[in-house]
Amino acid sequence: MLGFWLYLMSDCLVFAVLFATYGVLGANYAAGPSPKELFDLPLVALNTSMLLLSSITYGFAVLEMQKKNQNAMLLWLVVTGLFGAAFLSIELYEFAHMIHEGATPQRSAFLSSFFTLVGTHGLHVTFGIIWMITLIVQVWKFGLIEANKRRLLCLSMFWHFLDVVWIGVFTFVYLMGVLR
Amino acid sequence: MFDNPELMKAIFGRLTLEALPLHEPILVATFAAVAIGGVAMVGALTYFKLWGYLWKEWFTSIDHKRIGIMYVVLALVMLLRGFADAIMMRVQQAMAFNGSEGYLPAHHFDQIFTAHGVIMIFFVAMPLVTGLMNYVVPLQIGARDVAFPFLNNFSFWMTAAGAALVMASLFIGEFARTGWLAYPPLSNIAYSPDVGVDYYIWSLQVAGVGTLLSGVNLIATIVKMRAPGMTLMKMPVFTWTALCTNVLIVAAFPVLTGVLALLSLDRYAGTNFFTSDFGGNAMMYVNLIWIWGHPEVYILVLPAFGVFSEVTSTFSGKKLFGYTSMVYATVVITILSYLVWLHHFFTMGSGASVNSFFGITTMIISIPTGAKIFNWLFTMYRGRIRFEVPMMWTIAFMLTFVIGGMTGVLLAVPPADFVLHNSLFLIAHFHNVIIGGVVFGMFAGITYWFPKAFGFKLDPFWGKMSFWFWVIGFWFAFMPLYVLGFMGVTRRLRVFDDPSLQIWFIIAALGAAMIAIGIACFLIQIAVSIKNREKLRDWTGDPWNGRTLEWSTSSPPPVYNFAFTPVIHDNDAWWDMKKRGYQRPADGFKAIHMPSNTSAGIILAGLSALVAFALIWQIWWLAIVGFLGLIGTAIGHTFNYHRSFYIPREKVVETERARTQLLQTARA
Amino acid sequence: MSTGTHSAHGHGGHDSHGHDSGHPESTFKGYMIGFVLSVILTAIPFWLVMSGTLGNKDATTVAILVLGAIQIVVHMIYFLHMTPSSESGWTMMALIFTVVMVVITLSGSLWVMYHMNANMMPGMDPSQLP
Repeated sequence: MLGFWLYLMSDCLVFAVLFATYGVLGANYAAGPSPKELFDLPLVALNTSMLLLSSITYGFAVLEMQKKNQNAMLLWLVVTGLFGAAFLSIELYEFAHMIHEGATPQRSAFLSSFFTLVGTHGLHVTFGIIWMITLIVQVWKFGLIEANKRRLLCLSMFWHFLDVVWIGVFTFVYLMGVLR
Repeated sequence: MFDNPELMKAIFGRLTLEALPLHEPILVATFAAVAIGGVAMVGALTYFKLWGYLWKEWFTSIDHKRIGIMYVVLALVMLLRGFADAIMMRVQQAMAFNGSEGYLPAHHFDQIFTAHGVIMIFFVAMPLVTGLMNYVVPLQIGARDVAFPFLNNFSFWMTAAGAALVMASLFIGEFARTGWLAYPPLSNIAYSPDVGVDYYIWSLQVAGVGTLLSGVNLIATIVKMRAPGMTLMKMPVFTWTALCTNVLIVAAFPVLTGVLALLSLDRYAGTNFFTSDFGGNAMMYVNLIWIWGHPEVYILVLPAFGVFSEVTSTFSGKKLFGYTSMVYATVVITILSYLVWLHHFFTMGSGASVNSFFGITTMIISIPTGAKIFNWLFTMYRGRIRFEVPMMWTIAFMLTFVIGGMTGVLLAVPPADFVLHNSLFLIAHFHNVIIGGVVFGMFAGITYWFPKAFGFKLDPFWGKMSFWFWVIGFWFAFMPLYVLGFMGVTRRLRVFDDPSLQIWFIIAALGAAMIAIGIACFLIQIAVSIKNREKLRDWTGDPWNGRTLEWSTSSPPPVYNFAFTPVIHDNDAWWDMKKRGYQRPADGFKAIHMPSNTSAGIILAGLSALVAFALIWQIWWLAIVGFLGLIGTAIGHTFNYHRSFYIPREKVVETERARTQLLQTARA
Repeated sequence: MSTGTHSAHGHGGHDSHGHDSGHPESTFKGYMIGFVLSVILTAIPFWLVMSGTLGNKDATTVAILVLGAIQIVVHMIYFLHMTPSSESGWTMMALIFTVVMVVITLSGSLWVMYHMNANMMPGMDPSQLP
């Protein structure tokens, strides 16, 4: 567990680099679209709620794990994965919409750093979902053995960690972007 | 089919026959030599039927000792490559005067200085440091392995895969021509459209994963697996420096990964992070890469400091002077190393306030470092010093490193840096600290722990030969560069106009030749020692009258390191045990739980190298297939729940009994 | 299932860490408190920005940054179960160290690059460059 936590801390620094890049380059619109014109806050709010809901459902999964209710736990994991998938779909929709309007990652340094920061978070969510599916299969096949429990707790840390990063994203990127 | 360019591009990406450097005689000759050597080695391994042994006992091994040794072997092989680059540069620069163009075309010379820097830092210094830590740390803390033994094997193979990619660039395509940090805009697609920078990026990304995971692994090991009684302030100093180094690795390498990922997005996806238009800012790359780059310097040198501490106290026969201050100095350096990165680009133009902040933090860092030097000196003071080879390296380090440190403080003064920036003075400075600190430290460490790893000492005569050639060669090679730097000669130049400079370059080339002899002597030393191993044999497990726990086991230690986990009462745990008349337990052994070997590490790393190669050459189908294979293998590996086994009690009893007998014969 | 199956994540010689020392049992109450707090702490900044209630950009910025920071702490406590005692304090230590590093990286980069822009490109607004 400590080992995985250390890995998360290093991941934190990857995001620090991306946030720093966004912070430095985020105002360089190169005469292109600005955050105010691009960001759709109600959509972001919807997206955020998906992630928050997935966090609490993962929490329920952990509770069921502690009570050794294997099936209930698997159910909550599936629900969590679906919320995660919903989050990703909304994000992809948002990206597609922006690209359609000509706000591509190549358009300006602001858009490069925006797409990279948010995209990296999305990529993490994707891997989280793949990991979740793997774990669902493993728990289903081998049961709630010690090794699987530890993996579930590691994934829980990963999932909640992504939530924390997302707080940074919606505050620093979306809300402050619209304010600018 | 071969005349359909579209199809060929779909299958081979950018890879064509022109990528083979058949028009460069130097490379063709090198390739011939490597090919013949490689065939000879493969033939020999096949003839002696060693493949199975290597695969089962080494490549798939999760024993931290074997992995440590493999790291060091990798580093030594890469040292030969990196040094070949160095000597080619020195010869070129010594020749290229009075209208002569030297013998290296610019295209080739630029690759050489890039490859030299990349290889020496990432594939020589890093594996040496990681290798020593891997080998020694679990032994010093009384553990049986690292916290995540499989991850350890995987980390090693990722590092090796990165090294293999750099080597592949020699014969397939080319390496970057950008300098070892690949600053944009030069490294961007507009100015480096070929595969060189891609080789650079992907070899570092692949190796970086390995480094990061081994960092996580060693921290978890040191934090959670210390023998009972070994509180933090009772850890050996080498373990302390290893802890700090790995903390730095975990905190710094993600930054490198991040910034290189941004650069590759610029190159592959056409984003505008570091381009010159559309709002990109190349200096952001410089800023970010040095946030990794400066801690990296300390990642390398801290373990060397650890080695010197162990060596000094062992060969002076005294407890280390100022243990507490040594630990605090290490921790302070760890933290301060994050606050100095801008001193690498004072000339960027951040202005007086920023420059003076970073200048002052840089100067402050010399205080804990100086404290360490005094600690070593006071340890030697009134000690009964034995001038064995490791101790000689340590003394040479102190004399050399102090000069390098002082030129560093000089460079930390922003106005002085404006004059000396990018000059050969800087080159002399960092070679002075890296060779004088890291390389000397690693040689001291290798000589010191070699008998532990192999059961016999290294031949002292050839060790001393190697030592003297290295040290004298170093002074001859780099002091002229200080002089040239003061005269304003900048780095990475291929030809020179001013004939009065030539003599300094010739002296430097002679110095490099002496270092070459030093390296040769080191290799001879190993060969001679293997030949005379019976004479050099260490039966006791404690050939130097050591002080820390690794010397309490046999040489080489059994797979499980310690039959019983020792209990620690003192900093110098083994010294304390010897003083109290410690008796080895003769019975009461139990079966020992150990992790089993696995081939997953080497397979995953091989697939990573394949994906990287496909990405470099833009062979998209291969990249996708390889990536899916990578994910599949990783997931498949997690389905393996049986990863450990028990060494039966009888086996432990047998091993320990054999050791008891050995000790008795040695005493008799 | 087989009880003999051992720690899969490659744990070596020492078996002392099969169980997570100090990883507290999660409770329904804990998760619910965390969830409610984080919903509130998400809703307020969105509302502040979308309605422009504070009227002042700087004040709003400060407010959402503070709320974001509080929400991160809430998540750390209720979802990630950070306590000073877990893993004998090592997770907390790692976290504090990382936070310091993140702050240095972020603020350092912004500071350094801001000064460079001010010194090297006076009078140019980077957002309007082509």
